Amino acid sequence: MMRIEQAAVVSHEAVRGGYRVLTFAAPAIAREAAPGQFVHLSVAGLIEASLRRPFSVYAAEKERIAIMYKPVGAGTRAMTRLAPGETVSLMGPLGRGFPTEAAEGRHAALVAGGYGLAPLCFLARRLGRPGTVFVGAATAAVLPSVGELSALGWDTRTATEDGTAGESGLITEALDRWLAEAPEALVCYACGPNGLLRAVAERAARGGWPAWVSLERRMGCGAGACLACVQKVRTPEGTQWARVCRDGPVFNAAEIAWEESDCVAPTAENRTPARS
Amino acid sequence: MSAEPDLTVDLAGIRMKNPVMVASGTYGYGPEYADLLDLGRLGAFVVKGIRIEPWDGNPPPRLVEVPGGLVNAIGLQSPGADKFIADYLPFLRAYDVPVIVNIWGRTIDEYERVAERLSAAEGVAGLELNISCPNIKAGGSSFGTDPRAAAQVTAAVRRRTALPLIPKLPPNVPDIGGLARAVAEAGADAVSLINTIPAMVIDTAARRPVLANVAGGLSGPAVHAVAVKLVWEAARAVRVPVVGMGGIVGAREALEFIIAGASAVAVGTANFRDPLAPLAVADGIRDYLVEHNFKSVRELVGTLRLP
Repeated sequence: MMRIEQAAVVSHEAVRGGYRVLTFAAPAIAREAAPGQFVHLSVAGLIEASLRRPFSVYAAEKERIAIMYKPVGAGTRAMTRLAPGETVSLMGPLGRGFPTEAAEGRHAALVAGGYGLAPLCFLARRLGRPGTVFVGAATAAVLPSVGELSALGWDTRTATEDGTAGESGLITEALDRWLAEAPEALVCYACGPNGLLRAVAERAARGGWPAWVSLERRMGCGAGACLACVQKVRTPEGTQWARVCRDGPVFNAAEIAWEESDCVAPTAENRTPARS
Repeated sequence: MSAEPDLTVDLAGIRMKNPVMVASGTYGYGPEYADLLDLGRLGAFVVKGIRIEPWDGNPPPRLVEVPGGLVNAIGLQSPGADKFIADYLPFLRAYDVPVIVNIWGRTIDEYERVAERLSAAEGVAGLELNISCPNIKAGGSSFGTDPRAAAQVTAAVRRRTALPLIPKLPPNVPDIGGLARAVAEAGADAVSLINTIPAMVIDTAARRPVLANVAGGLSGPAVHAVAVKLVWEAARAVRVPVVGMGGIVGAREALEFIIAGASAVAVGTANFRDPLAPLAVADGIRDYLVEHNFKSVRELVGTLRLP
């Protein structure tokens, strides 16, 4: 059930890759949050902002909830000044998350582009049985840490386009090399730019295994009211708009009606979670 | 002065507990925010624009934030009248709140059909006639910016419904008073204004419009002062009640509309940041009435003191 909570900052730290982790005390939201869901955050004093900012849940335990973000615009830059004890308004948990039951009897592969890793870390902790995680980034400086997942027993594979960390090249190339020898009973969960999600969807369709992708879109209300963040999906009645914020952000990859424009990787300015 | 002020409003026969409604397109069809509040606490629930048949709306991106507001080009995506009546209206009927349905069409015939269909449904308290959406070429603003076309569509719908009929007026007209008079004379029971102001945003790096529809409509605090002037002019021009909207964030903006002559107000863009804003606005109006010794919000309507 969606709620609005005044959430006090418990900790706020810079982590690898230029990202930051904000942890809040928000008992009601933390109790109900599931991997792949998001919270909609409003910073007091940022009066020029008409919208909240959506962030995937990075961690939720007991009364605490954490998000991982990168300062890219006015909103997220204002967030960097949040100190322990200050409060923000959190609305959540929102949207439909990753179906964890889909991993029963299957090897889980998590595929992240940049800080698309945030919701997948939460998922990894809830899945229990470790699998394989792929994380790609343009360069080492923006590659988030996978240390936590290694510690949980996950097989971690990283790639950077310029070869400054992990394997050299696109993360999909590392995924393809692994898929050649991967277990047959496989399920994939992915979060990142559209191009990456589409690549995962194509591989899932070819390989006949299920894949769940978390979409990033420009969001308005976050609750399904404004119809800003729509995505075409295939249904028995034909192609229809789905609301990414409420019907997603996680979709069965096979249901997405991809557009040609989806091949274009989002830029810092047009990606949705932690957009500005 | 300890008596609780009377916040009730009778808007052309629509009995509201308080003068604060939610603007069309900002609160969905009912279920979206129902986890957060009892919808019965709203003055009225104005449903997102409904066309007789389903409508796809515009491709995304549909929304962009600008300083002090939003530019949107949702494009009136609609489930269609039958699906709305079957899937959403029963949900809203369960709440003690007047349901005003915003309706639109591409032709006068479509306006007539959707008005007729909704008038036959149980649980609709009124119709807001959208003749001012900047994001639809046919219908939408082409009806609203010409007083003769606005009067024509109002008169046509009037013949098909006994429900209170509230044309929603655009801001981008040379004579808002003349437009308000034209629809009132054509049978409108009230008028609401303003719809969004035509606007666009350009991505300078790509030299492309940010919105897929190229242009959209501006809403939010940035439009408020424009809306106050237009509401004031419209209220002076007609006898029918006026619903004021545009950039309400708190009670102060709502009070400006009421003092300018609005009998009721609508909170729109502010709902996205705070879905409980309409309740806070109603509470703030109540506090103002107490502080200024008004027994009823109705006494405050149009009390502007001119220099």
